[in-house]
Amino acid sequence: MIDATNDGPVTDAPDHDPAAFTDGQGAPILTAHRAGLLGCRSCGRVWPEDHTTCARCGAKLVPPDRRGLAAVWAWLITGMIFYIPANLLPMMTTQSLGRSTDSTIIGGVLVLLDHGDWFIGGVVFAASVLVPVGKFIAIIWLARMAGKPATVEDAHTRLHIYEVVEFIGRWSMIDVFVVAILAALVQLGFVAAIKPGPAAASFALSVAFTMLSAQSFDPRLIWRGLPLHTRKDH
Amino acid sequence: MLRQDAYDLTTGAGLIACPRCDALHVEEELSVGETARCVRCGGVLARPQSGAFTQIIALAVTTMVLVFASVFFPFLEISRMGLGHGTSLFGVAMALADGAMAPLAVALLGLVVGLPAVRALLLVYTLWPLARKRPPYRHAVRAFRLSEQLKPWSMAEIFIIGTAVAMVKVAGLATISFGPAFWAFVALIFVSVANRSFMCSTTIWDALEDAGASTDGREKVEETKPA
Repeated sequence: MIDATNDGPVTDAPDHDPAAFTDGQGAPILTAHRAGLLGCRSCGRVWPEDHTTCARCGAKLVPPDRRGLAAVWAWLITGMIFYIPANLLPMMTTQSLGRSTDSTIIGGVLVLLDHGDWFIGGVVFAASVLVPVGKFIAIIWLARMAGKPATVEDAHTRLHIYEVVEFIGRWSMIDVFVVAILAALVQLGFVAAIKPGPAAASFALSVAFTMLSAQSFDPRLIWRGLPLHTRKDH
Repeated sequence: MLRQDAYDLTTGAGLIACPRCDALHVEEELSVGETARCVRCGGVLARPQSGAFTQIIALAVTTMVLVFASVFFPFLEISRMGLGHGTSLFGVAMALADGAMAPLAVALLGLVVGLPAVRALLLVYTLWPLARKRPPYRHAVRAFRLSEQLKPWSMAEIFIIGTAVAMVKVAGLATISFGPAFWAFVALIFVSVANRSFMCSTTIWDALEDAGASTDGREKVEETKPA
């Protein structure tokens, strides 16, 4: 299914030519990889290819190849597995006047919509359903497209999607926080009491694993698919 | 634009690679207010701000005070039919703390207040000597890298949105009033937004390097230049 060792089509072959620095107008751009160097993803320092850690910030130096995608897939699949019980099991249990009701994520959204709270219902639906599922799809797509041939426009689109995925990941935690606050606050004995359900934990784990997956994705792979020359006249 | 003598393509000295797309750039000292953008993907490489270190230290200390306040003061209070119940952030975590949910409680408390506080502490540790033009403390490099790694996991602002949603859910059921900790938290969000606008990690890495943090002997561009 996933060939993690194949480095994809070689469009970014090493080419030691200092004159290849860009003039900013579409001339070929020299990447660290092409120059036989390794860039640090944490602080930007550049090192010879045989270095394994950055001597400035101490981060591990990773070459931009498809081997790193194995971690992306592993975290992503774990995140997707945890997302299943997060939707099927109850997120919280409400006890009110002797009646006890379980509510799932979707159930909670439906209750909000039922009360006419369209906006808040929409926020919760977006944070707990649209965003996680969208993230799964976006990461799968990015990981499959990584290193494949692309035009400059394609690469910019992919980078945008990556940035959105990276930015939006944390926001899925909203529903877990809501459950935690409600469970702490609504402890009025017989009148009303709310208990957290197992789905809260698996949802939190799903979000965390998906965040790790997005963090393991190396955006430099997006650009490896670009041809050496970005214009036909070169 | 290129200074032929200022970089070395075999050792990488004096060069910067864009972390998003790997494009090589010749490192230059930027003046305050300038922004360096990647020629290939357009991402911001560096954006130094005037007096940024002092500002970040001030904001980090503010963050620590606010976090302390938000943990121990009452956060929200609920009342219905004469029954009242208040909770602090500790209470929120403790509500989950019985039984199998305990790890989740610890994780949530960590994400919401622990990480912002730890990050603030690490930033002060890194920047305090730099702001006073002294050599950095031991392990400052490790402290700053840890702070950078923790960045995506600190979730204070998401917690506030979560509070708003919880308010709406309870609104029909009972009356809610906000405690001082809630407002401390709202202030924390603004502080962290302000902090983000002053933070430029490239500048901090450069400053750490220039101020003599342990590197393998390579200093900034000007000093590696052959005479």
